[in-house]
Amino acid sequence: MSARAPDHFSLLGFAPRFALDPQALDAAYQRVQAQVHPDRFAVASAAERRVAMQWATRANEAYRVLRDPVQRAACLCEMHGAPIEGESNTAMPAPFLIQQMAWREALDEAGSSAEREELQRAVAGEQARLLSDLERKIDVEQDFPGAAALVRQLMFTSKFSGELATIAQRGAA
Amino acid sequence: MALLQIAEPGMSTAPHQHRLAVGIDLGTTNSLVATVRHGLPEVLADAQGRALLPSVVRYRGAGVEVGHGAQAQQAGDPRNTISSVKRFMGRGVKDVAHAENLPYDFVDAPGMLQLRTVAGIKSPVEVSAEILKVLRVRAEASLGGPLVGAVITVPAYFDDAQRQATRDAARLAGLNVLRLLNEPTAAALAYGLDNEAEGVYAVYDLGGGTFDVSVLRLRKGVFEVLATGGDSALGGDDFDHRLYCWILEQGNLSLLPPEDQSLLTARARAAKELLSSKGKATIQARLSDGRWVNLTIGAEGFASMTQHLVAKTLEATRQALRDAQLKPADVKGVVLVGGATRMPHVRKAVADLFGQAPLTNIDPDQVVALGAAMQANLLAGNRGGDDWLLLDVIPLSLGLETMGGLVEKVIPRNSTIPAARAQEFTTFKDGQTAMAIHVLQGERELVDHCRSLARFELRGIPPMAAGAARIRVTFQVDADGLLEVTAMETASAVQARVEVKPSYGLGDEDIARMLQDSLGTAEADLRARALREQQVDAQRLIEATDAALSADADLLSAAERAEVEARLAAVRAVAAGDEADAIKAAVDALAHATDEFAARRMDRSIRAALAGRRVDEVMAR
Repeated sequence: MSARAPDHFSLLGFAPRFALDPQALDAAYQRVQAQVHPDRFAVASAAERRVAMQWATRANEAYRVLRDPVQRAACLCEMHGAPIEGESNTAMPAPFLIQQMAWREALDEAGSSAEREELQRAVAGEQARLLSDLERKIDVEQDFPGAAALVRQLMFTSKFSGELATIAQRGAA
Repeated sequence: MALLQIAEPGMSTAPHQHRLAVGIDLGTTNSLVATVRHGLPEVLADAQGRALLPSVVRYRGAGVEVGHGAQAQQAGDPRNTISSVKRFMGRGVKDVAHAENLPYDFVDAPGMLQLRTVAGIKSPVEVSAEILKVLRVRAEASLGGPLVGAVITVPAYFDDAQRQATRDAARLAGLNVLRLLNEPTAAALAYGLDNEAEGVYAVYDLGGGTFDVSVLRLRKGVFEVLATGGDSALGGDDFDHRLYCWILEQGNLSLLPPEDQSLLTARARAAKELLSSKGKATIQARLSDGRWVNLTIGAEGFASMTQHLVAKTLEATRQALRDAQLKPADVKGVVLVGGATRMPHVRKAVADLFGQAPLTNIDPDQVVALGAAMQANLLAGNRGGDDWLLLDVIPLSLGLETMGGLVEKVIPRNSTIPAARAQEFTTFKDGQTAMAIHVLQGERELVDHCRSLARFELRGIPPMAAGAARIRVTFQVDADGLLEVTAMETASAVQARVEVKPSYGLGDEDIARMLQDSLGTAEADLRARALREQQVDAQRLIEATDAALSADADLLSAAERAEVEARLAAVRAVAAGDEADAIKAAVDALAHATDEFAARRMDRSIRAALAGRRVDEVMAR
């Protein structure tokens, strides 16, 4: 019924690129919310209140996606016809799978918090490497299927680092 | 003809007209109403100069008594004197802790319990509405006119059922709800604006019946809630109850009549309050059978018997910090809210967790109402563009039941609101034409451990092979934290679509009926009231449309503009008349005709704001 929803990047006034200054993102998000937030329309007509809710919802969604590098990359891949399909597409390069298995073993064997912290550092290092590859694939090479493969790997590693954090938390409690 | 005025979206064309708006803290133990006058927030007192209204409602054969008078009669008429009704909002009997120790005659009703009183069966919504009505009348008398609306505060950890019930109570009390505002957020607003605070703050809010903790980032007029946590059934009442149980144990008492239960609960509360300033307290009472209770409790003994309650609040606080991905040391200041934070052992526990003394330069009883008043003033459009931005979150994840009694989360907790998320499902049988949809709220994996919000059935799915249908279920949470669910079959040309409001929510007819029942109002009065509301709404839409046309008419084609003008003229023609249906029809038609216009204006205002950003950046370099 109403105007077509803008994509996350154009809603917040950014070019569709992977590299993005987080502070500029925060500022743009807040500027947009300052215009569209339902709090500005609390005594407006029902129609205006509904429109405000729709746009504020879009702004929140855009901010949520763009501030997370993995989701931002996934969004760019989808925009360029290379969907992630994280659930169905589980084909991974062999070296990546071997490394995952090595991490799992290390986690099973890690008895001390020092050993877990070392594993955490290794995972974080790998994530940083994947992210910088991702930036090159998207912003320089424009290789979106290649980027989608990296996104899938990153989703794997973040799942693993989430499990690590949960175990560390349990250890601390 | 008046001069064209350039008005900001949502602002009145008459910016100098001050709109009367209030903030209401509808508390478990006490309630308050506050407003902003001459730029400063203040709590409005009753004719006797008392700011706090005890949240106690006493039903009599004829008439209702609210506040101090009702509280005074509590021990004498426990069954008809309802206190801490907030604990029953949106709850069934089985959800209420220690229900067997309460002197009420509960009626288990679907969705929400009810109470049998001398004046008939009452729902918690009606009881709460009595409290709100007294505050509305107080505010109108004090401010000298009808209110444009109110911000009502709710515990941040209130779920959808509890929020819906609160909004219904406000409507029933004749209040236009501008916003449901989370209590810790209101407190952060009052504290932050008053102290020009910047950085990460935690609000620890232990009220009479609820516990909330929120972690916020305050930055240049933006109040951003990063995470919230709590327990909507944990508060000062539980400390009283623990002490009450101790009295029973010590005095070897059991099976007390309701009068004695009320008496000893009151004595326990008084002792708890005394222990906040004294090392020990004496509990004396004469029971209805003539027996005497005479006990002494020390501060340390009280602290140790309630340590498990404090521990629960600390665990919720740690979880909120983890959700915000912060450590206690990252928090710049801790704001204490709620009367129960006066207990020294609570303060000490909070100080130990954060490694700093909490901020105490605010009144923990008033800060929520003051923050709500500031927000009400802003929402009413009295600030003329000099606004702050408040970004809040949902406290509990929202999800759907999937196969095997598991919950699939659709919107995770701590998502910034308003928020919408969709999830696709499919049929699992050939030719399946209906699908049951069960909406849940909570963090646990199993359906049985989450709160059931609504069940509905999507019918009319065209028969297809199993797995071919695409059922898209959309969750929309608005700025009040209230949920609306829509389901649609998208694979076929036929769209089956249903919108649900959670089942405990009251329909407009229910509200009208209850208004009539509770006020004893004649139907004619009710119609007159509905007419006035329609007239006000029409006037509002005329003003808004005028303002929109004078600012952005260039966004419309000539034909579109003519359409809007014609609909606008139609509203003008009937707005002052006395036919409610005609006004509503004209208003709906204008609203529909301006839908697209509103969206284009929104887009333009975003472009302008973002262009402003670029100018700023250029200037900065």
